[in-house]
Amino acid sequence: MFSLANPKRFMDASGKVLPWLAVATAVLLTVGLTLALSVPPDYQQGDAVRIMFVHVPAAWVAMMAYGLMALAAAVGLIWRAPLADVAMKTAAPLGAVFTALGLVTGSLWGRPMWGAFWVWDGRLTSFLLLLFLYLGIMALGNAIEDETRAVRASGILAIVGAVNLPIIHFSVRWWTTLHQGESLLRKGGPSIAPVFLWPLAVMALAYTLLFFSLWIVRMRTTILERKAAVLRITGRA
Amino acid sequence: MTLALDIDKLTCVRAHRVLFEALSLVLTAGAFVSLQGPNGAGKTSLLRIIAGFLTPAAGIVRIRTETGAILTDGEDRARAVGWLGHQDAVKLQLTVGEQLSFWSKLYGDGAAALAPFGLAPLAEVPGQFLSAGQKRRLALARLTLTKRKLWLLDEPLAALDAAGKVLVAQSVRAHCAAGGIAIAATHEPLGVDGLTLHLGGP
Amino acid sequence: MNALRSLIARDLVLALRAGGGAALALAFFAAVATLVPLGIGPDLKLLARIAAGVLWVAAVLAALLSLDRLFQADFEDGSLDLMALSPLSLEAVALAKIAAHWLSTGLPLTLIAAVLAVAYGLPANGTGALVASLLIGTPAVSAIGGIGAALTLSIRRGGLILPFIVLPLIAPVVIFGSGAVLAVLDGLASGAFLFLAAFSLLAVVLSPFAAAAGVRLNLGS
Repeated sequence: MFSLANPKRFMDASGKVLPWLAVATAVLLTVGLTLALSVPPDYQQGDAVRIMFVHVPAAWVAMMAYGLMALAAAVGLIWRAPLADVAMKTAAPLGAVFTALGLVTGSLWGRPMWGAFWVWDGRLTSFLLLLFLYLGIMALGNAIEDETRAVRASGILAIVGAVNLPIIHFSVRWWTTLHQGESLLRKGGPSIAPVFLWPLAVMALAYTLLFFSLWIVRMRTTILERKAAVLRITGRA
Repeated sequence: MTLALDIDKLTCVRAHRVLFEALSLVLTAGAFVSLQGPNGAGKTSLLRIIAGFLTPAAGIVRIRTETGAILTDGEDRARAVGWLGHQDAVKLQLTVGEQLSFWSKLYGDGAAALAPFGLAPLAEVPGQFLSAGQKRRLALARLTLTKRKLWLLDEPLAALDAAGKVLVAQSVRAHCAAGGIAIAATHEPLGVDGLTLHLGGP
Repeated sequence: MNALRSLIARDLVLALRAGGGAALALAFFAAVATLVPLGIGPDLKLLARIAAGVLWVAAVLAALLSLDRLFQADFEDGSLDLMALSPLSLEAVALAKIAAHWLSTGLPLTLIAAVLAVAYGLPANGTGALVASLLIGTPAVSAIGGIGAALTLSIRRGGLILPFIVLPLIAPVVIFGSGAVLAVLDGLASGAFLFLAAFSLLAVVLSPFAAAAGVRLNLGS
């Protein structure tokens, strides 16, 4: 089959990489979570600070996933690469889940910090819009029957969203300046206590690897499903 | 230079199904091809590939225009074909005159001739009051006003009465006699001399 | 230019004649704007405060709900095929259709908003700011909505999915648009109008390309 020529090599390579990636993810998650639970409580936030270790990495992966999805969409549109189509299609639900995770942990963190589960804080609102964007991309992909056309259409939307996201973020920041500053990226080095920095870094890496593991599993599943569908239709692979 | 269409080893795959494989066809000015085959055999897909809407899985389509230009890119071919789809593209809210004047401006090809298609008395009539046959005549009038030399017709006889069918045949014959090429996907014979290409089937 | 103008004129005529939907969008806008005070109460002070936000959101919804047929009607009857084969590029076709939508929806919405603003007790300077913000911002709604319309043109029940995929993208318009009015009301200096104009310009310039890509994709089927 023409459309599977490219993914075939991916299946071989990813099959070899995936077990190692999964083990590394499990180890890093265990180490990261142990560290996160063993650091001393924050002098202001108390134990609530530990939510940061599951919140910040989720937010990071949510954004990284969008960037990767938009990149895959562009590659798929320009070079009509079937593998990029699969990558784009499977990244959207994963990104949405990490965005939702970021929102939920953010609001759990917000309860002791702000005294409410939800405030219309700049970053939370941006992330809510990001979630809607993810859901819109998935909804568009599901609403179009033709497989290739569905991926390409949601890919165009993903790229438009990628151009728009910085503007959305800027506009929401303009709209409210309620939030504490961006502590990790502030000028003059991180303002976060070094004792928290290490567990956070490990957890960020663990989440990143978790995303890639899940992404590869989903891509492999999608390719196999497609192969099965082709077999059913044509009787040959 | 005369008009020519060169279809070279064209393969079309739709939804994992191979509709046709390595289809080759060379047509020169005056040629008429009747595309036949069961529904889903790829007749419309072939027309849409030639017009540049669809990208084939493999193969090349070239159009040599009367000025000698070779058009291989889909976007370029799109500017060279005259299209009669199986829908009429008739707006219910616009009069016959308004529609033809709009399309002639869009294609930049001067005024439309209403007379040969029996549309002159209908110029002020909105699309919603036209019969199926009258809508087809409107579509045919639009096709001729585009001055395109390579005609692609998808079921041109659908919904037409006997007089309408004769009119289509006459238009196609006149077009080919004037050095044009026409390819028509049809269920019934058009009544124009030419090749017949069967798609699909055993 | 002649072809572009004739396409805008044709779409305008289609929008304004019976069944075109432009009048319906305006009626929808007025109805939503009437419903909000019924839900909130007749306190003019409160209404004046929320007028900009309510009228902006209602205008955006009215514009988006009238957008789903922008390409779909021409797609279903085969007209879009003929436009794609015309000498006009699909980008130009998209731009013309977006322009026609704005002329038939965004512009009249802005004028009606001026009347509704009075009913909301918005002071003169606020009304002026609202009309200006709608005038500057609604082209962006038509433009980005045009992308959504192109992407959803083959979906038969695309009426709800279109606003859903477009709304996050036009959040900046609503934020800067209503923010500009609030800033004027509070006598604050804000860059809102500048940001709004920049966003609108960017949207109008870039959207036809994305919309054309969407149309091209859907015609290749």
